[in-house]
Amino acid sequence: MSHKKHVILFKRFERFWHWSQAGLIILLMLSGFRIHGLYDLGMDFHTALRIHTVAAWSLVVLWVFAIFWHFTTGEWKQYIPTFDKLFLIARHYAFGIFRGEDHPYHQTAARKHNPLQRLAYLGVKLMINPIIWISGIWLIFFADWGAWPIWQQWGISLQVVAWAHTVGAYMMLIFFIVHVYLTTTGHTPMAHIMAMIRGYEDEPAHHHPRAKAAHKATENA
Amino acid sequence: MPLFHRFAPAARLGRWLRLAAVCAAVALAPSAWASPASAPLSAQAEVDIHSPYRVVPKMPTGSKATADHSKFKELQGPFKSGPEVTAACLSCHTEAAKQIKGTIHWKWEEVEQDSKRIVGKNKVMNNFCVSTPSNQQFCTGCHVGYGDAKSGEFVAFSKRPDTDVDCLVCHDQTGKYKKAPYQSGNPATTRIEMPPGSGKFIEPIDLSVIAQHVGDPKRANCGTCHFAGGGGDGVKHGDLDSSLINPPKSLDVHMASDGLNFQCQTCHATGGHEVSGSHYKLDAKHEGGQYVRGSQHNMGSAASCQSCHGDTPHKGSLAQDLNMHTRNIACQTCHIPEFARGGVPTKMEWDYSKAGQRGPDGKPLVIKDEHGHPTYLGIKGSFKLGENVAPDYTWFNGAVKWMNIGENAVPNKDGVIAINQYGGSATDGKSRIWPVKTMKGTQPYDPDMHRLLAIHNAGFDDAAYWHTMDWQKSIAAGMKEAGLQWSGKYTFVKTTTTWPITHMVAPKDKALSCAQCHTNQGRLEKIDGIYIPGRGKDHQPWIEMIGLGVAGLSLAGVLVHGGIRSFMWLRRRDKPGSKKH
Repeated sequence: MSHKKHVILFKRFERFWHWSQAGLIILLMLSGFRIHGLYDLGMDFHTALRIHTVAAWSLVVLWVFAIFWHFTTGEWKQYIPTFDKLFLIARHYAFGIFRGEDHPYHQTAARKHNPLQRLAYLGVKLMINPIIWISGIWLIFFADWGAWPIWQQWGISLQVVAWAHTVGAYMMLIFFIVHVYLTTTGHTPMAHIMAMIRGYEDEPAHHHPRAKAAHKATENA
Repeated sequence: MPLFHRFAPAARLGRWLRLAAVCAAVALAPSAWASPASAPLSAQAEVDIHSPYRVVPKMPTGSKATADHSKFKELQGPFKSGPEVTAACLSCHTEAAKQIKGTIHWKWEEVEQDSKRIVGKNKVMNNFCVSTPSNQQFCTGCHVGYGDAKSGEFVAFSKRPDTDVDCLVCHDQTGKYKKAPYQSGNPATTRIEMPPGSGKFIEPIDLSVIAQHVGDPKRANCGTCHFAGGGGDGVKHGDLDSSLINPPKSLDVHMASDGLNFQCQTCHATGGHEVSGSHYKLDAKHEGGQYVRGSQHNMGSAASCQSCHGDTPHKGSLAQDLNMHTRNIACQTCHIPEFARGGVPTKMEWDYSKAGQRGPDGKPLVIKDEHGHPTYLGIKGSFKLGENVAPDYTWFNGAVKWMNIGENAVPNKDGVIAINQYGGSATDGKSRIWPVKTMKGTQPYDPDMHRLLAIHNAGFDDAAYWHTMDWQKSIAAGMKEAGLQWSGKYTFVKTTTTWPITHMVAPKDKALSCAQCHTNQGRLEKIDGIYIPGRGKDHQPWIEMIGLGVAGLSLAGVLVHGGIRSFMWLRRRDKPGSKKH
């Protein structure tokens, strides 16, 4: 393996952050929709509430670290939106991918998200997360805050906050479905997922003839 | 003042810091939440100085009284009547009669909280025995007084002398004191044939023995009347019946004889015979800390749970989640999951329109269920009984509006007249969600004058319904006694009365669980004005439809996309000489 040239796309903290966030969000969705009453699954209401609250606080702590990391490492720049090649990428997912064409975007450590990803993740960070975060903290402390006259003056009831939280939850669910599917669209279905685990991606062999040759050499040896 | 109280900055900051600390600890230490959610709260010793509850001193067991009433020469008797005993009592307890005569126990009158009208047993309609006027000879079997025992004559309570106060009904310790029916509250001191001519007799009781054995009221004393309301054991309230005389812990965690052994007056504290807590003056949402016994503000109706437990009574791992409920929910709602749990059924429905049937022997028909409880009586109509009944729930601010006898009464769209109505709403800031028993009645109604009719049921005269079963005569007599006009016509109308449930507090492990309300069609399904997580009717339908719709479409979309990808890949693979991916 050492002879391979691996570009680390996802640093160790980033991978830790991604997978713990993924786990927490799955827990939050499972427990949250249980609390919401969409299903029961034999999960006690209070257990669900417990899991939801603890997972939520854990996620908040994780987010605090992640935001700090993004700003100190400059990684936040990965989310600056661009429309460059956006049409080509959309076209790829709509047609090219079926014909086995190569992805028109080449990842590097400095530009690891394609423009479509950038927009999607920015949407998560600037819209879905704040909706969930603000309404969620509000819900946790509603027993205290709900008594403050200002909320009543603004007509903000527990119901409105809960509805906002639900909107955020559905948006997250939709993001989750599409996100998980798109992880399978690498040059092999597991390529992106392995990249998120190992930090680097095996380039498709035909992309880089030298790599291919090296690979063959290894096989022959 | 309450506003200031609620937002006291120091207290708020303190709470915030505590919350922040708890949250941090919970988020960072996985072990902090590994403890099972159902872990029992720390076992509560009977007297725990660290308890959040104000410790109520235990009743001394055995008599520690400084006086032995059996040695008083005034009480040696013999006594020929109740008033003679009272005169003896008053020779020492000089103020007792005056005190009693100022209370609802004597007057049967109370000032209604909001309307300031006079209400009380002699004023309001009900859907059990319907009305007291003309029936007092019978009804006064539950009055702390004596009166003229002549049938058909009723001496207003206000006109009765001090010696007509009945000390024994509350203070008898022998359990042998008993008021005789139709004797205007008097006990039988001679052998009485009852009903007259029936050949059945009530044996006289020895008043001197009872007078020599008096003491603080026990549960059974209060129960003489309060368990038997509505005409029999457990009939009226559902949360008060003879099973509370010696209740197990599972029935009432406070009154359990093998536990805290509370007497009624442990909560309904008295001073000068003023018993705290009244059916007509409820404290539905007490706030502002504990209402500690003996403290200055503990006046009037203080018989609330908060008196001892405060507003944030829960401890342990669930404390925060549970305590946030106390703002909107009465303690009783979760902690009295069912009423009539002691084995004594309570009446849930009473239909007078079915009354009047006679059996083959010509006597009023009697039908009993397998436990011997009547479900039909010719003189009263048909009943539905309930045991282990899940209460109804309503917003309640403590104010009850009663329909006084003679008031205009029009059925609602469901054809029902609500004889009493609870004040309260989700938004008035004074209400909590309370458990209630809804008693359904069907009773005589004047369709022309739109009023519920007073009836004369008790007695042995020609007009007494229980005697002759003639509605026309019974109503005429009842309305005449009530001083009211009626059209001469009667029909039957459905009515409801609502009774707050506050006794029979179950042990905490028997309290309602979260999911009994946080679910569809749960206990609080009919409660409006509050968001209950988990309850479908609180969802915003558009959010659910669009959210689930788009999520479903996304799932379908990616499955189709993935399907096409797989299909195309397989096709490419099978084509010789093609790229393999």
